[in-house]
Amino acid sequence: MKLLEVKDLHTWFHTSKGEFRAVDGVSFDLDYGECLGLVGESGCGKTTSALSISKLLPKEGYIKSGTILVDGIDYTALDEKAILSHRWKDVSMIFQGAMNAFNPVKRVGWQIAEAIVLHEGLSQADAMERAGDLFERVGIPRARIKQYPHEFSGGMKQRAMIAMALACNAKLVIGDEPTTALDVMIQAQILELLEGLRRESNMGMILITHDLSILGETCDRIAVMYAGKIAEIGTVDDIFNNAMHPYTKRLIGCFPNINADRSIPSGIPGYPPNLINPPCGCLFCPRCDCATDSCVSECPPLIRVGEKHFVACHRTEA
Amino acid sequence: MENAKRNSRALRRTLRRRKFGMFVKQVVGNRMALAGVIIIAFFILMAVFGPMIMPFDPTINGETVESKYNSPSWEHLLGTDSLGRDVLANLMSGARVSLFVGISATLITMILGTLIGIVSGYVGGFVDNLLMRVTDFFLVLPWLPFCMVLAALFDKNSIWNIILVIGLTGWSSTARIIRSQTLSVKEQQYVERTISIGAGKWHIMFRHILPNVFPLVFSEAILIISGSILTETSLAFLGLGDPSRPSWGMMLSDASSGAMSVGAWWCYIIPGACVVLVALGFTLMGYAFDEILNPKLKTR
Amino acid sequence: MVKRILKRLLFVCITIFIVITFNFFLFRLMPGDIETRLQKSTASQEVKDRIIEESGVNKPWYEQYASYLKSMFSGDLGTAYNSYDGHQRVADIIWSRIPNTVILLVCAEILAILLGMFIGVVCAYKRGRPLDTGLLSASLALYSMPTFWFAMVLIFIFCSGLGWFPASGVKTAGTAYHGMKLVADYLKHMTLPMLCMGLVMVGSYAITMRSTMIDILTEDYITTARAKGFSTRYILFKHAAPNAMLPMSTIIALNLSVVFGGAIQLETLFSWPGLGMLMYKALNARDYPVLQGCFLISTVAIILANFLMDILYGFIDPRVKD
Repeated sequence: MKLLEVKDLHTWFHTSKGEFRAVDGVSFDLDYGECLGLVGESGCGKTTSALSISKLLPKEGYIKSGTILVDGIDYTALDEKAILSHRWKDVSMIFQGAMNAFNPVKRVGWQIAEAIVLHEGLSQADAMERAGDLFERVGIPRARIKQYPHEFSGGMKQRAMIAMALACNAKLVIGDEPTTALDVMIQAQILELLEGLRRESNMGMILITHDLSILGETCDRIAVMYAGKIAEIGTVDDIFNNAMHPYTKRLIGCFPNINADRSIPSGIPGYPPNLINPPCGCLFCPRCDCATDSCVSECPPLIRVGEKHFVACHRTEA
Repeated sequence: MENAKRNSRALRRTLRRRKFGMFVKQVVGNRMALAGVIIIAFFILMAVFGPMIMPFDPTINGETVESKYNSPSWEHLLGTDSLGRDVLANLMSGARVSLFVGISATLITMILGTLIGIVSGYVGGFVDNLLMRVTDFFLVLPWLPFCMVLAALFDKNSIWNIILVIGLTGWSSTARIIRSQTLSVKEQQYVERTISIGAGKWHIMFRHILPNVFPLVFSEAILIISGSILTETSLAFLGLGDPSRPSWGMMLSDASSGAMSVGAWWCYIIPGACVVLVALGFTLMGYAFDEILNPKLKTR
Repeated sequence: MVKRILKRLLFVCITIFIVITFNFFLFRLMPGDIETRLQKSTASQEVKDRIIEESGVNKPWYEQYASYLKSMFSGDLGTAYNSYDGHQRVADIIWSRIPNTVILLVCAEILAILLGMFIGVVCAYKRGRPLDTGLLSASLALYSMPTFWFAMVLIFIFCSGLGWFPASGVKTAGTAYHGMKLVADYLKHMTLPMLCMGLVMVGSYAITMRSTMIDILTEDYITTARAKGFSTRYILFKHAAPNAMLPMSTIIALNLSVVFGGAIQLETLFSWPGLGMLMYKALNARDYPVLQGCFLISTVAIILANFLMDILYGFIDPRVKD
């Protein structure tokens, strides 16, 4: 049994102009203790996919179809009340920009402890003790559990967020751009910390980012998303050294190689498509430089090209 | 040269007309704004045309004792009051007075508040500090006691005194709001550019900052009209109205001493309801305009 | 924290001093001379002579100002032109009336704040739905009502119509209750004015709380709380509302002068013997010393209330520093 199985997920949003197809047929899975990187441009649906797992979508969002199995339990079949007990205990999140992820008028330790009290029924005092332990695990002085969010620096707040995500020993931790707002030095520290904690507790992780370069060190597999669908998914080696989807190739091309000769990184011309009533056919084809007629008319399915390597492109052979 | 000037003026006129057209469309689309506009339009029509079409003169007292406190009938659609005067006629002429006082007092408040707000926000430094201390001081004075005291000092209750009193006691919150808007407009780049080409302070304040602060000024003004009308009503109720120009507040004041004990509800329920509707109309308009004109407040 | 409080306290003292001075110069604009003003007075000749002497009518303004300041700091607010309940000294008159006003206002404000905040939370949670539209419209309507008119409507319904509550005064005429019975009678008379004042303020607080809560519910920490698996009710009351208290407390402080204005109207209508009714009577009788005293006391009260709110704010918002 896998830790996470997402099968043909469609998450749409009601808008005044029509239904916005943020996630339109996404499937992937995750093993216990494995780390999956989810990468793509802004608006490609990575955050929405992650939020769909715990059903944390805003009012206008809804899961149109698909199944999400976490630890064998079908989350899509659970109603709003039933899923409350699974949140944070089985699936926890580290949000983008910890600046505002903490409530400014409550102590940080209390915010960690409240989840422990809710899910494990500990007393407030015991829960605060545990919060202190968690702080030490992520490298924050224990005494700081009594402090308020505004007294923490950016990097420290991110560590506190990680401590909070581990509070109930979740099996799956989803990090939504956990290092985007930090400078490079702190970024490296945080990633190292996440790596260490993951191996220690054998928890599964999904790391969402638009920065491919941080995935090489920490992830086992990478999924590349474009316009609400998965373009390519495979091991780190598959993606970095043997990318097959035109989008993936160009994405990697955007990052200069420190060992190669100096050259200007190439961008990708054009813009992502409008996801309200998108055209049929491959959504990348207007920006692709090797599109064919079948690309315009038919939407490419995910084809296996390696042991763990799948690509959604008509130009590849299985 | 002349051609260029004429063309630019024509262009500006077209742009203004187009912006205004868009604004009107947004108003019609917004339910709150539409409701407010309809209510106010109704009362303005009542105020302007009502007294002309009424067969009764509101100031003439009833002939006999029987004509006092008549309940609504076909002859007197809204009944008569303590002196046999027709209530509906009084309502219509009262509309004129209440709206006139409300709008005039608001003009005073807005001119004073906007002037102080813009100067304080733009000039900054010592002037800003001084003006803000004065504004804070006036903010802290309780408005009704202050109005009462000023009115007592005036000895006579003429309508102009009332307008002055209301205008002079309400400007402080407006000044604060305009000042913070000025501060954010000031930071924008085109102001820096204008300064660098040598434009004087007053020129910048009134040709550049004021037009950008204007949408806020406009929606503030509408909300203040609502407050001024309520203030005038309260003052009239406390005996501080101009007896020669009866407003709704004075009708209510009159009713509180006589009509209430007699049970003549038409003397006060209806004029009061009119005050509430007018105040509500302006408030709805004000909030809705703020939403439309202030890009930061668009409904999420 | 202490440094901040002391700094504010200094500021408050300076403001009060300026108000006292302002009060002095304002009332020098009184029309007529002292004899004309005293013509309407019902006091005895002895009292009138004392008033004339106290006013120092022949002394230069700075001497008058000095003696004014001296009497202020010894708590003497002068002599009234008329007597109220047998008191002739302004300070005594005001002192005897203040409790009624304070009790009425405090009870009304508590009602308004609690109810207003609750309605605001409900509206924000059910935003866009019929309940929100209904409650918001009702709040806007209450916000647009002249306080005294609302009182007249309530009197019409509950006193003339249903006869549930008395329409005036603090105690039932011709009775001599003691102890609990007196308190009960007092409360029965207070119900209608308190309800009236409370409901008028509810409109303003509900509208503000609603927009504050709508803003807060879009914040990231609310999403975090949802992700942790808390129910909506928990999130609203334990995460959102404490943040909403911050702007709300500022609004409550700003509203105090409006509240006092409403008190004046209500006390007049309900014949509730408090500071508001005193001002009304004094205005009609052109009893300037009393007016001056009431104005001063009400302004100082509002300044002090604002100061208390300021200190309170320092306790509820941990981001505020010295």
